[in-house]
Amino acid sequence: MSSVPINHPGHTIEWHLPSKRRVGMSALITGESAIFTIFVAAYVFYMGKSLTGPTPQQILEVPIVGTICLLLSSLAIYRAEKAIEEERMASFTLWLAATITLGAVFLIETTLEWKKLIYQDGLTISTNLFGTTFYSLVGLHATHVVVGLFLLSATFVFSLFGWVDSRQSERFGVIALYWHFVDAVWIVVFTVVYLIGR
Amino acid sequence: MSNYSLSVSATIEPSATASELGTFLERLHGWVVTVDHKRLGILYILYSTFFLLIAGAEALLIRLQLAYPHNHVLSAQVYNRFFTMHGTTMVFLVGMPFLFGFANYIVPLQIGARDMAFPRLNAFSFWLTAFGGLLLYYSFLGGAGLYGVGNAPDVGWFAYAPLTERSFSPGHATDYWALALIVSGFGTLGTAINIIATVISMRCKGMTLMRMPLFTWLLLIVSMLTLVTITPLTAAQFMLLIDRYLGGHFFDTQAGGSSLIWIHFFWIFGHPEVYVLVLPAFAIANEIIPVFSRKAIFGYPAMVSASVAIMFVSLGVWAHHMFTVGMTSVSNAFFTLSTMMVGVPTGIKIFNWIATLWGGRIRFTTPMLFCIGFLFQFLISGLTGIMLSVSPWDWQLHNSYFVIAHFHYVLVGAIVFCIFAAIYYWYPKATGRLMDETLGRWHFWLFVIGFHITFDTMHFLGLLGMPRSIYTYQPDRGWNLLNLVVSIGGLIQGIAVLIFAYNFIVSYWRGKVAGDDPWDAWTLEWATSSPPPVYNFEELPEVHSRRPLWDLKHPDDPDWEYES
Repeated sequence: MSSVPINHPGHTIEWHLPSKRRVGMSALITGESAIFTIFVAAYVFYMGKSLTGPTPQQILEVPIVGTICLLLSSLAIYRAEKAIEEERMASFTLWLAATITLGAVFLIETTLEWKKLIYQDGLTISTNLFGTTFYSLVGLHATHVVVGLFLLSATFVFSLFGWVDSRQSERFGVIALYWHFVDAVWIVVFTVVYLIGR
Repeated sequence: MSNYSLSVSATIEPSATASELGTFLERLHGWVVTVDHKRLGILYILYSTFFLLIAGAEALLIRLQLAYPHNHVLSAQVYNRFFTMHGTTMVFLVGMPFLFGFANYIVPLQIGARDMAFPRLNAFSFWLTAFGGLLLYYSFLGGAGLYGVGNAPDVGWFAYAPLTERSFSPGHATDYWALALIVSGFGTLGTAINIIATVISMRCKGMTLMRMPLFTWLLLIVSMLTLVTITPLTAAQFMLLIDRYLGGHFFDTQAGGSSLIWIHFFWIFGHPEVYVLVLPAFAIANEIIPVFSRKAIFGYPAMVSASVAIMFVSLGVWAHHMFTVGMTSVSNAFFTLSTMMVGVPTGIKIFNWIATLWGGRIRFTTPMLFCIGFLFQFLISGLTGIMLSVSPWDWQLHNSYFVIAHFHYVLVGAIVFCIFAAIYYWYPKATGRLMDETLGRWHFWLFVIGFHITFDTMHFLGLLGMPRSIYTYQPDRGWNLLNLVVSIGGLIQGIAVLIFAYNFIVSYWRGKVAGDDPWDAWTLEWATSSPPPVYNFEELPEVHSRRPLWDLKHPDDPDWEYES
């Protein structure tokens, strides 16, 4: 079939296509964005419509440390990406560990926040509309952080065994893309839940 | 037709796959573990054909119940389950798997690739979809969570809140509805991602975006639309499950929740979904009409841009399903106008298809007959759609049989017609044998007659005020004769589908041997053998125009001399 058509002028066309993994991940991110949009829309729609307390004004505290950590983790994974592309494996492992630590700090702060909300303030998912929408939206995001941490930790373990090198840089780039998305979503969630909704 | 030869089919043993046949169990195992896009495509098609027969049988029972006033074929409860299952099945287990089946089979062949971008994700997506379908139907057996509350879902395919809340739908029926669709929704999402990555990153040398066959183009657009269409439904269904299992209040009107927001979320999914279903029908017509008119498609760039326009506009029309919930007049005006705007790119397409037919040497084969039926019926359904987009008209006819008639005109008259056309058209590629033309004609004529008897009449029932979703009616409403006519038309369609099923099965053994290119077509799937070998192309092709096989068959007058 490469002979179709035989007498075409000017052979050897330049042919470059985008990486299928990046395209696939971008498509997944588009779909995920739609899921988050619906949950954010529900949160905004139900803002201030709870029939009973507690309200966000009374009990919500701004998670500054976790937010800074999560945003910094995007920077860390960017450095890890650069390192793996340039075959600096020790640096890669280090930056990867930093990313995981920063993500874990974020999760720990969320856990402590939820513990306080549940045990001290008595807010559960079934208390009122605020509880329902808050735990769903923040929980959905936290689930994505957990998935990301799982992917990153697996890569970290592999790199400790020395199984990762620059040949995997494209695949690692896909994980990094996902992680950047998780961080970007947090900016939206943070703005809606802790800045506008409080 | 065979006065040219292609290197690929000459060097490949056509029966390479057939000679590997082992015992029945080995073959079954081969199908279960397969990651081959062609086999998965066939599995999708068989799966959705199976559910087409089931949901069709449900429709016939519904029509049997409605044939006479005060009929007792189905009880009110069973009737509710049947129309819920009919709608849910047809949209999620028939329409979507059919289109993904064709996409799976055809797209990699048309772009000259050896498989999809992610073959294992492809298999995973299929089995998720299959599991979702089985889960939905398992509800008939296992859905009765409480004695006396019923088994299968009975909340309508749009499952309006707060009817779906625990207090109004006890038992497990609604959970089956939500969980089955979440599972198959993930399968759909996986396939959409796969198709996008395949089309963008797996095209053979020379296949620029503007040389892609329109089928592939439209499936790319459909997949992009699916990404943002199926996910809102998944999100809303998660909310529903949070309400039902964790005591949440999303749609709990007692605790300040809103039933309206469910309706919004559902139609944010539901309306683009219509385009997810109908764009593949356009895609199929885009392949079949030019081939049997013996002309290149008229207005290729216009077709592409019209499809992209439909994708964007369709995201902003959902509330035309909601004119009667009491929106502001600004919203009513906005959604009326945006809905009418969809008619513009769609109209462009209709004109382009007619211009393709114009002056062509039309061959009235079965696939072409179905496509011509599609053109006519899609025009009518588009016009009734414009009527319903006018909100005062919709206030009068909302939830009546006029609406039912309108969307069945789209879903059956356009989509099912094109699905049949596609099966007749690509069956020889997948099996190596042609389906029988005589039976095909019987199928077409019976189906088109039955279709018009049923759905033309339904419009009048709607105008006479018959509401949807009622299990029976009073004999003095003046609907008796028309309802009987509608049911008879349904029966004729049922017979036509049985003829199709017979033809579909028997042609596999008795059909005429097709050869590689029975229709003298122009896209790459016809360049390889029928059925294609596992690796599709021995040598990856290189294309220089939109019709690579035309270039090959007519080296004296190739297309690439005319296309810029």
